[in-house]
Amino acid sequence: MIPFAILAVLMIASAVFTVTARRPVYSVVGLLANFVCLAAMYLTLQAEFLAVIQIVVYSGAILILFVFVIALLSSGVRPFDVGPDRAPRILVPAGIFAALTLIAIAWTAVRAPVSGPAAAAPALNGTAGDANAFGSVADFGVALFTTNLLPFEVTAFILMVAVIGVVLIAGDADPVTGVVRRRKRAGQREPIVKSAS
Amino acid sequence: MTVGPDAYVVLSAVLFFIGVVGVIARRNPLIMLMSIELLFNAANLALVAYARAWGNNAGHIFAFLVITVAAAEAAIGLAIVAVTFRRSRFVDVDEASVLRG
Repeated sequence: MIPFAILAVLMIASAVFTVTARRPVYSVVGLLANFVCLAAMYLTLQAEFLAVIQIVVYSGAILILFVFVIALLSSGVRPFDVGPDRAPRILVPAGIFAALTLIAIAWTAVRAPVSGPAAAAPALNGTAGDANAFGSVADFGVALFTTNLLPFEVTAFILMVAVIGVVLIAGDADPVTGVVRRRKRAGQREPIVKSAS
Repeated sequence: MTVGPDAYVVLSAVLFFIGVVGVIARRNPLIMLMSIELLFNAANLALVAYARAWGNNAGHIFAFLVITVAAAEAAIGLAIVAVTFRRSRFVDVDEASVLRG
């Protein structure tokens, strides 16, 4: 109970900080705190493998990607500050809408709790920390590579499509003709190594 | 388990709507993308909480797939932001109204 309360407060605070920060770099820091707290929250739910994946993939890959893009975009003409927000023009209706839906969900979750065999005390195989316990790497891997093998392979396909899409979007070659466009960029430097012509 | 799944679902709803407010109210594209990551994580928390409540690790598998899709989404979204910024130096999604090729 105590870890859940502490983590919940930390997660909500860091999420609010992420959304309200003035600069994107501060948002990344808030998001990092949120992800670490979420990984700890996964540990309280006995999802050990997912906690590690949360740290490795989110904090290690996605947030670094955000940091790189921020550094890339702000290393130029002007600091990459936040533009004018839509707040307070739309913040009040958005807040009211969010609060109403939140109350509806909370009311439903309290009124109709999880019913069924697992409601009181779910019978998990093994105790937490065992090699084959619920949520461990072995348990997760068996489920991923036997029952859910096809979704796993579809995942690989999704990642391949994403990589190709990023290359087509951000690459220099035209996606249709393959012709490399020559862009005039502000402050383009001379290449350091000149080709011997 | 001293804390029931209700508490986790309510926390997930709170995080989800903080993220929704971020997507609606901010105009910086990077912060909007980060708010979308908050949405993914809120959904993941609910999935894992229900997986624990039912003693069934299908929720873990689903959260894993959601993490993969979130990674692909972040990569493509950031590529679009970088390309659009390189072309027109915007920091405001309302100014990025020319996305046709």
